[in-house]
Amino acid sequence: MRPSRLLLPLLLLCCIAPVVNAKEAQSSADDPAIEKRLMKLSQELRCLVCQNETLADSRADLAEDLRREIREQMKAGKSDQEIIAFLTQRYGDFVLYRPPVKPTTYLLWFGPFVLLLAGLAILFRYVKQRRDSINDQPLTNEEHARVAELLRPGTGKETA
Amino acid sequence: MGRYLIPLVLFIVLVVFLAIGLGRDPHEVPSPLINKAAPGFQLPQLKDPSKKFSAQDMRGKVWLLNVWASWCVSCREEHPLLLEYSRTAAVPIYGLNYKDQREDAIAWLGELGDPYVLSASDVDGRVGIDYGVYGAPETYLIDRNGVIRFKQIGAVTPDVWEKKILPLVKELNGNKFQGIN
Repeated sequence: MRPSRLLLPLLLLCCIAPVVNAKEAQSSADDPAIEKRLMKLSQELRCLVCQNETLADSRADLAEDLRREIREQMKAGKSDQEIIAFLTQRYGDFVLYRPPVKPTTYLLWFGPFVLLLAGLAILFRYVKQRRDSINDQPLTNEEHARVAELLRPGTGKETA
Repeated sequence: MGRYLIPLVLFIVLVVFLAIGLGRDPHEVPSPLINKAAPGFQLPQLKDPSKKFSAQDMRGKVWLLNVWASWCVSCREEHPLLLEYSRTAAVPIYGLNYKDQREDAIAWLGELGDPYVLSASDVDGRVGIDYGVYGAPETYLIDRNGVIRFKQIGAVTPDVWEKKILPLVKELNGNKFQGIN
């Protein structure tokens, strides 16, 4: 077997390995209802250490501490809203994967729609302009005569 | 020429936005605690756990709270600077020994020197969570009224010390005299 034939399977293995290694966050099964709530809530929350992971997936120390904190607060009867408020007071809106709608995030939330509308407006204007320019310049009599001349069969002239 | 102007301008705007985005450190998350009251805590002191240290004890003083741990690599990097600054006595530096083993922490200070007036042990990291700590080292500048005025995420650099912390300390200390007069 040539080395290059080995290369592809090896590369593919490299892709698989991290997935196999990444364990789900440990869940202590003492109260299934709370664990379920914890998993659901922590999927909406960002781990601040590895910022592209949710609090549910991350195995960073801080994520484990925060899950412990959330679990305890849930056991103490706090609502999801109260827990989210607790976290945003300390870590800011950055912990939320779904940023709240407020003046500083208007651009984030509405920017794409503004861009879409602007794009539509530009497209509309362009199409209209193009149509107008076609309509506004009908052929003159001389041009009509020239077209007729060019299109007349059997003159033997291919080009004007 | 004119027809290329708008795409060119849009392109330049895009490049500027991307350049700013690339220049930013994604780990620097703005803290919502700036200009808010520093969360209260009472923790055992690292060197003498029978004694407590509380944020409340520091009322009336401008002070730095430096979050550190013996397992933290950047803390080691920051350490000589803290030692140097503690000698200038410009502002008292207190340590929050974050999620550390007591013996490791004491050995670390013994080996590298102790810039802290004292350190408090936050073994399970709960006070850290209250302060929004997500990576050591982090440094908080707290004023006389117990309000956090500045937070440095990551190691304090000479630049940050000279340009941010010292001027603020001076300003905050100056306010006392204005208040008395």
